[in-house]
Amino acid sequence: MSLTKDAGHLFRFAFLFVVAFVVFLLVRHFVVPKSFGEYGHYRGAAIGEIAARPLHYAGHETCETCHADIAEAKKAGKHENVSCEACHGPLAKHANDPSIQPVKINTTVLCIRCHAESAAKPGGFPQIDPVQHSGGVPCETCHQPHNGL
Amino acid sequence: MNLDRRHFLVMLPAAAIAWKYVLAGTPDASPNYTMTDHWWSMLIDIPKCIGCGNCVRACAAENDVPDGHFRTWVERYHVNDWHMEGPEVISPDGGKEGFPAVAQSAGGGEGFSSAPQDEGKYFFVPKLCNHCADSPCTQVCPVGATFIAPDGVVLVDQTYCLGCAYCVQACPYGCRYIHPEKKVADKCTLCYHRITKGLTTACCENCPTGARKLVDLKDPNDPIHAFLKTHYVQVLKPQMATGAKVFYNELDGSVR
Amino acid sequence: MSGVEGYMYPNEITLYWSVLIVLYPYITGLVAGAFILASLVRVFNVKAVAPTYRLALLTALAFLIVAPLPLQLHLGHPGRSPEMYFTPHATSAMAMFGFVYLWYLMAVLVFEIWLDYRSDIVHLSQSTTGWLRRLYRIMTLGSQNISPRSLAIDHKVGWIVTIVGIPSAFILHGYVGFIFGSLKANPWWNSPLMPVVFIFSAMVSGIAAVLLLYMLTTWMRKMPIDMPCVDTIAMYLFYIFILDFSLEMLDLVHRVYEADESFRTLNFMVHTRLYFSQIVLQICIGTLVPILLLAIVQVTKLPALVRRRIYVVSGCLVQIGVFAMRWNVVIGGQLFSKSFLGYTTYKMALVTREGLLVAIFLTILPLGILWVLMKLLPPWPEKEQGSLEPAA
Repeated sequence: MSLTKDAGHLFRFAFLFVVAFVVFLLVRHFVVPKSFGEYGHYRGAAIGEIAARPLHYAGHETCETCHADIAEAKKAGKHENVSCEACHGPLAKHANDPSIQPVKINTTVLCIRCHAESAAKPGGFPQIDPVQHSGGVPCETCHQPHNGL
Repeated sequence: MNLDRRHFLVMLPAAAIAWKYVLAGTPDASPNYTMTDHWWSMLIDIPKCIGCGNCVRACAAENDVPDGHFRTWVERYHVNDWHMEGPEVISPDGGKEGFPAVAQSAGGGEGFSSAPQDEGKYFFVPKLCNHCADSPCTQVCPVGATFIAPDGVVLVDQTYCLGCAYCVQACPYGCRYIHPEKKVADKCTLCYHRITKGLTTACCENCPTGARKLVDLKDPNDPIHAFLKTHYVQVLKPQMATGAKVFYNELDGSVR
Repeated sequence: MSGVEGYMYPNEITLYWSVLIVLYPYITGLVAGAFILASLVRVFNVKAVAPTYRLALLTALAFLIVAPLPLQLHLGHPGRSPEMYFTPHATSAMAMFGFVYLWYLMAVLVFEIWLDYRSDIVHLSQSTTGWLRRLYRIMTLGSQNISPRSLAIDHKVGWIVTIVGIPSAFILHGYVGFIFGSLKANPWWNSPLMPVVFIFSAMVSGIAAVLLLYMLTTWMRKMPIDMPCVDTIAMYLFYIFILDFSLEMLDLVHRVYEADESFRTLNFMVHTRLYFSQIVLQICIGTLVPILLLAIVQVTKLPALVRRRIYVVSGCLVQIGVFAMRWNVVIGGQLFSKSFLGYTTYKMALVTREGLLVAIFLTILPLGILWVLMKLLPPWPEKEQGSLEPAA
């Protein structure tokens, strides 16, 4: 068969393609992560890994297990629905190990973040001009944040 | 590990489960969590937002968000009566430290903002990943490194991401960025490590006015169902047809 | 925030697609264009441009080898790029890049070049010595058969490969346009015309590049320039250029007339931040001037020397114009906020992995590769180099 003979070099080229393709399939078999495609076109194990990231905010339910007295006091005030860490900051470490104490809050900074007067804020939300209102005297001198008035 | 037994017993169930696994050093185990039982999203109640930036700070602390990048941020809109389509928007450092004050006009009543000094109205719009059901970002990922989890949360597999930034270009809301150190796509995970343990997200947990609420559409007892029946709710850029799942109550037409 | 005007979503301030992503469509465009020129000879039987056939193929190959490098370097994790081959995401326009690229590289370009050069390679493997001889022997794939019958078969197969190659070249580059054109989030990119405009501008830049390279290499070899050849190339360049310009203007006119929600923002951008690169470089210097120059050649009878100079000047202007077009698409698409309320600035780095120096290096690299290829596989129609003269 002279056709196969004269086209022989083409078969050699095609053979290289086949070899490359087989090698590709082999490598692919070993390289693709095992959980890939478990739920869709992605690595299924990634979901668990993302769910395993560490917490920084313990959540007010956790706080209330130890600080039930404060939780009770808060129920009477306007800050009832403000959760603990919204003011006290992330305290998962403290919940983990109560010997790690949270930093003391500077009320002159904290309170005005919400309560500084601005026409951009919704009407009805209690707002004050910090300078006129207290002239720099710390808020807790008059106000009790936990049973807020 | 000093939490004594008394504390464990009184903990509320969800938190107790979460905490037990955090303490055991195996926080990945979320034994009572079944992905197909949930369809997560969020409700933003615009009239309640005071622009304090608590959510932005909480998000950054909870998720180690690098400076200058935002998984959530707050915008302040100023819409002039004569120019609805051209609102004036600011978001200094994503609203992390709040916003500059706008002076009340002389006639404004006590604790009630009537007419601000400039004409027009002001309001705040918190933004985050919309966890779209037909998300354009997961569509374009060339390798399957970002995906919609079976519970409706759009996640990034950061061990698989190439960092090509195609998803950043594809997001109409500007919710994605390339993490400057990790060199991979990063975005809101809806605090996946929290919601799978029965906790709410860091932003919702820390919102003082309840302007942000985590929503589970598959939970028949979720108050969202009643809320959606009785309020005017919109999603951002509905013309993009992304199936956005972050619902905005009383969203102004000028927001984009 | 420096460089920001109006309001940007805070994550939009940094541009993630840098000058390297500008380079990528520019380089693949040259590949596609050069290949189309080669196909003129092979499929459309335009005999006049035959002297550039092999040069066009080698140019396409040299640029194609470099084409994935800018992409690779811009990735946050270049080492993870094989994932594109192992787990390509069916819904992603970008995922097919690897396969389209490999197909075009191996099944079209390398195969066609190999078929065309096979008899030369066999001769060279006999006439050379040392490592060169070994290299050529590998390139023969162990087949020394250059009987007239086998060469006739090669010629037939080569013709088929070119036929397959034309749509492949269109796919390779049109699909680069699709990557941009298919993003609904970005109104500057989102257009069904984008792939078509990319293909036509690719042909323009590729044909102009081969024209320049042909004149340059012929001049360097101190050989006479084949005037009918360059005149024919210039004619094709002119007509394709007209088509390309019409399409780009259609896109522009459509945007201006439709004036959708993004128009105000984009219009302002084109008149400010993109004014120089879009209006001045792309449209005036890079398109109108060369079209005018080429038109003059078409309608008048100028002496050969003037024609050659016009070709060199317009060829260079075309390169500037097409590069500016890629720049305006890629960078321009990231300068405005998707809120349509503001603009940011692109600050090009100099020495980083995505910086200017790397971009310059990647632009020169294909020319170096082309030089090596030309040494290895001389593309000249006339056999004049003594050292590479095939053994009788």
